[in-house]
Amino acid sequence: MRRFSALIGFALFAAVMLIAVPLALAGQGYWLTVLTTAALLAFGSLGVWLTFSIGRINIAQGAFALIGGYVVAILGTRYHVSFWLSLPLAVLIAAAVARLVGWPILRLRGVYFAMITLSLTEVASLAFLNGGSFTAGASGITSIPRPALLSSSLSIYLASALLLLIGIALAWRFAASPTGAVFRSLRQGEELAASLGIDVARYRLLAFVVSSGMGGAAGAMFAAFQQNIFPTSYTVNDSVNFMLYCFLGGLQSVAGPVVGAFLLVIAFQLLSVIQRFQALLYGIFMIAAMLFLPNGLMSLPQVLAARRHERDAVVPPR
Amino acid sequence: MAQILIDGSVLSASYALIALGITLIFSIMRLLNFAHGELFMIGAFMVYYVYGAWHLPFVLGLLIAALVPALIGACFEKFLFRRVMRVATREENSMLLAVGTAILLDNVALFLFGEEQHGVPETISGVLQIAGGFLPYQRLVVVVMSLALIALLLGFVQFSRPGRAMRALAQDRDAALLMGVDVDRTSMLGFAIGAGLAGLAGGLLVTIQGVNAGIGVDISIKAFIMIMIGGAGVVSGALLGALVLGFAESIGYSALPGSETYLLIFVALVLFLIIRPQGIMGHPWG
Repeated sequence: MRRFSALIGFALFAAVMLIAVPLALAGQGYWLTVLTTAALLAFGSLGVWLTFSIGRINIAQGAFALIGGYVVAILGTRYHVSFWLSLPLAVLIAAAVARLVGWPILRLRGVYFAMITLSLTEVASLAFLNGGSFTAGASGITSIPRPALLSSSLSIYLASALLLLIGIALAWRFAASPTGAVFRSLRQGEELAASLGIDVARYRLLAFVVSSGMGGAAGAMFAAFQQNIFPTSYTVNDSVNFMLYCFLGGLQSVAGPVVGAFLLVIAFQLLSVIQRFQALLYGIFMIAAMLFLPNGLMSLPQVLAARRHERDAVVPPR
Repeated sequence: MAQILIDGSVLSASYALIALGITLIFSIMRLLNFAHGELFMIGAFMVYYVYGAWHLPFVLGLLIAALVPALIGACFEKFLFRRVMRVATREENSMLLAVGTAILLDNVALFLFGEEQHGVPETISGVLQIAGGFLPYQRLVVVVMSLALIALLLGFVQFSRPGRAMRALAQDRDAALLMGVDVDRTSMLGFAIGAGLAGLAGGLLVTIQGVNAGIGVDISIKAFIMIMIGGAGVVSGALLGALVLGFAESIGYSALPGSETYLLIFVALVLFLIIRPQGIMGHPWG
């Protein structure tokens, strides 16, 4: 039953994204760009959500977005490789890097893992900064060719929306499959999972590699659409934001990071007066969420219901 | 060679203050203070304003550099962390709250202090020459004050009554509570002292490196590197981590240009963590 309603929700979301939005906003490039940004950020956050599901706080998504972006940038400008070939390559390379560094660092847990992934974002930025003529250093790579077939903001939007829908389906599939159950068991206790014969190292690496591949895809799309990439395109703050979207939406369901990303990105476009304080408000949101809604916005109905229940409860006579 | 040793000692001594502060908070609260670099930055700005801009005594600046971050830390503990740690269902919650406080302080600082890089005039001019290396008196002041503060802190934690309460809390929170330790007050004091140490480190280092509102993240990352090397929550580990990072930096900067040093430090760190994930002195997952 739950599964069925989730399916309906997904179908509705897909219809809005692929039919309603293009019909309503066809001529409005600005809003299409906003929604493109939201869709790609949501896609990247879905990856982070996947690592949350194995109980790891992943602050490295910015690093993999940067890797994906640079792959597209370097292949597109130097070797004139089509975007449609370099996009899967970007995903593969980001995933390969994640496999390489993930094996040692996934042995770390809790705050240790958070610390090392945060450092990783900084490392990626430094590596591209010091890449010499290969990465063009601080000046970054500009005038990346536009992807073939994606010349209008509408087509760019549709591609991003499609990617997000695929991402949601993928994450949902993961969560509902036996692998998803294994992931959740890792969150509850790796020793216990290992004692049941689960190859802990393999599964946690799988989650991290898929997550980072998704980060790479998001970065590749952003680089191709904005047609530039710099070592500072993704900083620690961006990695933290990916995490914030997950948390604001809620970690319990796949919809969490999508809700979080769309809500924050669109809210800040609507309230352009407060855009100057965007980062400041992100900090306040994060603190407020932890204080009052530790399970994210998606848990709001439950919290309200519990409150109502409490209020309506009959007070026993003394 | 002598120069590398001198620079390494100067860096290590002041980094030790940062590492000890974050270790103190970690061991008492089981909490990684993501805002540590921001507290450092605020301390540095306090000295910049009091001593650099308003020309009041440097010592007064240092005092304020310790008090303001300590006050912020105490408020964070009392109004935010205490509540969240009590009701949290996932252990990530308190850590994400810490990330939130870091973002908040970062942006408030950007708003209040602006983006420019600020420096302060030297408190003492002149250079000491040791074995072919140069040690400006300013840096000597930083080393001596850092070492004095480290000794003071270790003495306080070892011998004073609140210090003993902190150690008891770090060992076993429930047992400390049962023995009559005021857990709430001791936690607040520990957070305040840790934050104050970060502020003091900032106040001391601003005389050498200057300050801008963006250094918070960099300093936090340095603090993380140190406790990853030494082991989280262990005092001897914090000191060792500071020593390793300080010398790695001074060796790196003398041999390599620019930011390549940190790239190498990170690579070395990851390789080190393969062999010893809990750090040199850390307990496995303790």
